[in-house]
Amino acid sequence: MRLSQLEVGEKGIVKEFTDLEMSVKLMEMGCLPGEEIRVDRIAPLGDPIAINVSGYQLSLRKREASTIILQ
Amino acid sequence: MKADIRVALVGNPNTGKSTLFNVLTGLNQKIGNFPGVTVDKKVGYSKLRDGRVAEIIDLPGTYSLYPKSQDESIVFSVLADRHNPLTPDLVVVILDASNLKRNLLLYSQVADLKIPVIVALNMMDLAKKSGIIIDVDQFAKSLGVQVVPISARKLEGIDQLKTAISYANKFALQEDSIDVRSIAPELIDSISRELNIDNPYFALQLAHQHETLKFLSAEQSDRIEELEKEYGFHSQKAQGRETIARYSFINDLLYDSVKVPDTAQDETLSNKIDKVLTHKVFGFILFFAILMFMFQAIFSWAAYPMELIADAFVWVQNTLHHVLPAGPLVSLLVDGVIAGLSGVMVFIPQIAILFAFISILEDTGYMSRVTFMMDKLMRKVGLNGKSVVPLIGGFACAVPSIMSTRTIENWKDRMITIMVTPLVTCSARLPVYTLLIALVVPNKNVWWLFNLQGLALTGMYVFSLVSAVVVAWVFKFILKSRERGYFIMELPVYRMPRWNNVAYSMYERSKSFVLQAGKVIIAVSIILWVMASYGPGDRFEKIDAKYKQPQYTQNISADQLNKNIASEKLENSYAGVLGHVIEPAIRPLGFDWKIGIALITSFAAREVFVGTMATIYSVNGSADDIQSVQQKMHQAKNTQTGQPVFTFAVAFSLMMFYAFAMQCASTVAVVYRETKSWRWPAIQFAYMTVLAYVASFVAYHLLR
Repeated sequence: MRLSQLEVGEKGIVKEFTDLEMSVKLMEMGCLPGEEIRVDRIAPLGDPIAINVSGYQLSLRKREASTIILQ
Repeated sequence: MKADIRVALVGNPNTGKSTLFNVLTGLNQKIGNFPGVTVDKKVGYSKLRDGRVAEIIDLPGTYSLYPKSQDESIVFSVLADRHNPLTPDLVVVILDASNLKRNLLLYSQVADLKIPVIVALNMMDLAKKSGIIIDVDQFAKSLGVQVVPISARKLEGIDQLKTAISYANKFALQEDSIDVRSIAPELIDSISRELNIDNPYFALQLAHQHETLKFLSAEQSDRIEELEKEYGFHSQKAQGRETIARYSFINDLLYDSVKVPDTAQDETLSNKIDKVLTHKVFGFILFFAILMFMFQAIFSWAAYPMELIADAFVWVQNTLHHVLPAGPLVSLLVDGVIAGLSGVMVFIPQIAILFAFISILEDTGYMSRVTFMMDKLMRKVGLNGKSVVPLIGGFACAVPSIMSTRTIENWKDRMITIMVTPLVTCSARLPVYTLLIALVVPNKNVWWLFNLQGLALTGMYVFSLVSAVVVAWVFKFILKSRERGYFIMELPVYRMPRWNNVAYSMYERSKSFVLQAGKVIIAVSIILWVMASYGPGDRFEKIDAKYKQPQYTQNISADQLNKNIASEKLENSYAGVLGHVIEPAIRPLGFDWKIGIALITSFAAREVFVGTMATIYSVNGSADDIQSVQQKMHQAKNTQTGQPVFTFAVAFSLMMFYAFAMQCASTVAVVYRETKSWRWPAIQFAYMTVLAYVASFVAYHLLR
């Protein structure tokens, strides 16, 4: 299951990443393995999405979200 | 001012760092440049309790010491370079108490550099509201540094922070966070030994960033590269390991000192607001409504103060002409400099209002939502959601906006944004548009609340956005991409705008507009006055002699005679000759030689147009009837046909020219600085000039 497949309101726990370069950036922003992520909103045009992670809101594109694999 | 201690403010974006900076320094601040780069350096001074003066440097907001943009790269080089004259004695790290976990990542990196650190724990009120309980004493004990809870907005804890700064230790006392050395033991040891460095984290950062750091010599950088190869150092993998280790340290730390409510909060206020503001339909309607309101406000709220300023200048000119003896110097002062200046000063109210709006949109967090909503759309035309901020900022001024494109990580997205940002109607075009619209568009209301002039202005703004998007789309096919783009961005919670910051922004921007534009305008006005008051050869003497002949003096009032002489002199002056030289090229656009003079001077800066018009028509008229520029242009008649010069077609053709032409020396300079090559400003200048000519031509012939 990838983060990009979650619907609004659904939660998941980060397991691993498929892209090293992206993972470094995502981890700095608090998306670490073991962290819970909730999808808060999808932008009006379908992309990007807004997620809630370690207590704040982060937006990222679906393509980036698809590099995050959930447990 | 001489400072006794140098303090750097470091923190994540949206933590209230600028608010704290404003609170600490008041109006006692200035914006400069970091040596060698174009990043804004904000420095201010703060008087401490013990009478000493602290110099405060506001460093760009960043999430980590690993930079993702040029702005962010400044932070590490200022903090770490021991030979840099800006190296701080003390770092104040600002942490958002309501979002400690992510904020502590940057803290732990800075702390590991072993520079003396104080923590300012901001937004305690917000944290309390969302049920987060922080044991500040325990927190300070775990970190080993002073922790001062503050609320920069409510001015709470500022005195305590100042006291902490004055009592700060000269030595770094913070506890170690992670075992830095274990990330790359041999490499860190070798770099430390060879470059004589005593801090393992500094050595590790050099390994990551040596290619971009200016304070390393080429040999040092090459040597680090060799060592990396030798020990099989992989930058991204090492960075990933470091980040995981840091978060694990942070989790332990927070476990002891912070209690976050485990029941996930249902709906935060921000989420509720976002349901409306980023709604599929209402979101876009609201966005356009806000833009619409902004432009209407710029037009109507500014009207009264603008009239006051214009009247004041007319009064000053009148008084000076009566008090001072007539002569070329007085004429230069009154008709050249003051006439030119008045044309610019009048626009301070509009610029202040525009910057107030932009600062409110950024401060509340709404600008990030616009980015979020527009990203997909912007990507279609080769831009990026983050391009929205420079584009909207372009309404104010292209120069800072082009500098703000540094937040766009992708090279191609950033280039395209830089190329199209100057198309957006900037505040320097505002005077030109306002003047021309007021000349040809009637000032009345349609559909109850829409002012026709306001609508015309809104139209010009919308038109500029549309053309920027179309041009961007064309560039998307021309430019080849170098790397992939990404879009990982924090959506800060909605906040009330900080009115202090809004006021600072209005004051700061108006001041720099007056100072920067003022200098150019005084220079241009003087040159123009000289060029308009003197002519080549003996042309002026011939005119004087000609009008002494009886056939010109009979049946005509003295007043009219003077006007005829002045008008013929202007036409034969250097400026007039120059205008006539370019007239054949601009005649198809509906412009005469007087407008030609204004076009030439406007290549320094667009707003010079108004000053030029004022100077040209002042020189032309007699000294006794000083009117505003607008009245003079309104009365301007074509000498051959007797028809008004500024018809609907001419005014709109002129506006089209100003909409597209790259008439701004500062923008050319900043594009050169940002792209580090003359190629880009040259391409930009060429395509914009061609577009300007074509658009003017079409507008003039359609509307005639």
